[in-house]
Amino acid sequence: MKGKTQNDRERIINIIVTILLCLGAIVMVFPLVYMVLSSFMTKNQILSANFSIIPNPWKFGKYAEVLSKPEFLRGVRNTLLVALPVLVVGSFTSSLAAFSFAKLRFRGKNGIFLGLLATMMIPFAVVMIPQYVMFTKMGWTNGLLPLIIPGLFGNVSMIFFLRQNLSSIPTALVEAAKIDGCGYFKIYYAVFLPLMKGALMTQVILWFMGIWNDYLAPTIFIQDEKWFTLQVVIRSFNAYYAVNSDYPLIMAASVLAILPTLLLFFFFQRYIIESMAITGVKG
Amino acid sequence: MSNNGKRRRMSAAALEEHRWGLAFVLPPFVGFLAFMAFPIVFAFIASLTKWNGINNMLDNFIGLANYGKLLTDAKFWKVLGNTVIYMIGIPIGMILGLIIAVGMNRKIRGIKVLRTLYYIPVISSLVAVAILWMWVFNYDYGLLNSIIKALTGLHGPNWLGDEFWVKVSMIIFMVWKGLGTSIILYLSGLQGIPRDYYEAAKIDGATGWNLFRFITIPLVSPVTFYMLITGLIGGFQVFVEVLVMVPSGGLNNSAMTVVFYLYQKAFESRQMGYASAMAFLLAIIIFIITAINFKGQDRWVKTID
Repeated sequence: MKGKTQNDRERIINIIVTILLCLGAIVMVFPLVYMVLSSFMTKNQILSANFSIIPNPWKFGKYAEVLSKPEFLRGVRNTLLVALPVLVVGSFTSSLAAFSFAKLRFRGKNGIFLGLLATMMIPFAVVMIPQYVMFTKMGWTNGLLPLIIPGLFGNVSMIFFLRQNLSSIPTALVEAAKIDGCGYFKIYYAVFLPLMKGALMTQVILWFMGIWNDYLAPTIFIQDEKWFTLQVVIRSFNAYYAVNSDYPLIMAASVLAILPTLLLFFFFQRYIIESMAITGVKG
Repeated sequence: MSNNGKRRRMSAAALEEHRWGLAFVLPPFVGFLAFMAFPIVFAFIASLTKWNGINNMLDNFIGLANYGKLLTDAKFWKVLGNTVIYMIGIPIGMILGLIIAVGMNRKIRGIKVLRTLYYIPVISSLVAVAILWMWVFNYDYGLLNSIIKALTGLHGPNWLGDEFWVKVSMIIFMVWKGLGTSIILYLSGLQGIPRDYYEAAKIDGATGWNLFRFITIPLVSPVTFYMLITGLIGGFQVFVEVLVMVPSGGLNNSAMTVVFYLYQKAFESRQMGYASAMAFLLAIIIFIITAINFKGQDRWVKTID
């Protein structure tokens, strides 16, 4: 008897918890839903005294309008021009370094690794002014190089994560490969790179999201309007179109800025959440 | 030359491994020297000068004067105060995150969908959602005041235009943006707590609140600690969301943060020496707070084994 009432109680609690969690989730996504809906509204509806959520009438033209703005497309292109070389070269340098930190013996290893880790604690504010001056002196601020070059040297959190990931793989594999006559680079390339493929992919996605969403570095380092990345363009849209209250257009542009990372997240959810959880607990 | 002596003692094979090992970590190491170490030294020297980005830095050496000026700069203290006030969002986010994670840790259907919904703000572009919330907080037509009006008939506060409410607004925004992270982290912490701990305590007569208070909270303390550290390091650097939502810095600078002020000094007033001093002071504050936290962790951070 006791078991039964216990189960009933559990069931009721579960139902209440589910309802509360759903309410919370609605509160969380409501602003985003409202953003999508208002991108289909007319300006007058948004600015009317009578509050409404459902577009009346539905207007689908704002997306075409945003996509036909040359600044917007240029912003997307520039962001991709940064992401592509950084992700390809940076993932290579990061994974190679992670392999070395995890599996090879060399002097100064721990010192170098700790030095790299310590950089995660340094506020960007400290280095942004000297970096700005450096990049200006080199003439890079007229293009995308300030956003590309530093990334080519690798990414500390990626190195850290991949190194953790490799620590579960036996080091004996290195010795075995050596006996087979492999050089060190071949050991990385033929043995360990395939083993970290999954973790590497997750990190590449996270890094891509970071580049896609980055605003501070582009806004400081990129002087020439035609090289503005997407987030900088979105913000200038906000300033420019708010003057004549074209909120549907601003919202449509913001929706488009969020969409790619959202899609990536939906497809790779499991891996992304897993890697977040690992970084958090072990970090 | 003791280095050479050591090197001779390594076998040829070990020497080869040493060389390749170093070569493989060379790119990030060079990147570290060029884009972190060098700028840090540079910023420190700049912080001792009246440098404006163009004049000769060393000709304008003024010692620690920038730091002295900072300590008496009322605006600096005000923006530092604002930055600290925003950190109220850290415990709020932790408490909400833990409660929601405990709820999600039950065997309920549809948890994955719910988890995704809570996580969407985390992966969304900061600029885009800050623009969205700027609109949500709009005094006349914003979502929030429209809802308040529909429910109560009263006009809501001037969220971003008032010295008090602008801080509330920023805290609401930051909690909303970061909640998904604390849920995911707490959830993974909760999943690591062995079930028998609860069973054993129940046999001893412990009930709901006590189980939560004496088992759950202590055993997720490593997660709490991690979030406290990352929250504080990030909290001292809050800038972009304020810049987007309150570009003016708020009425009487009521919304401005340290990095916001620093950014203005460096790139608008061109007082790069002064801005560098502020950046250094910020780094020192972050370093001290982090060190205190690490020292204090033995008192409250428990591990499962």
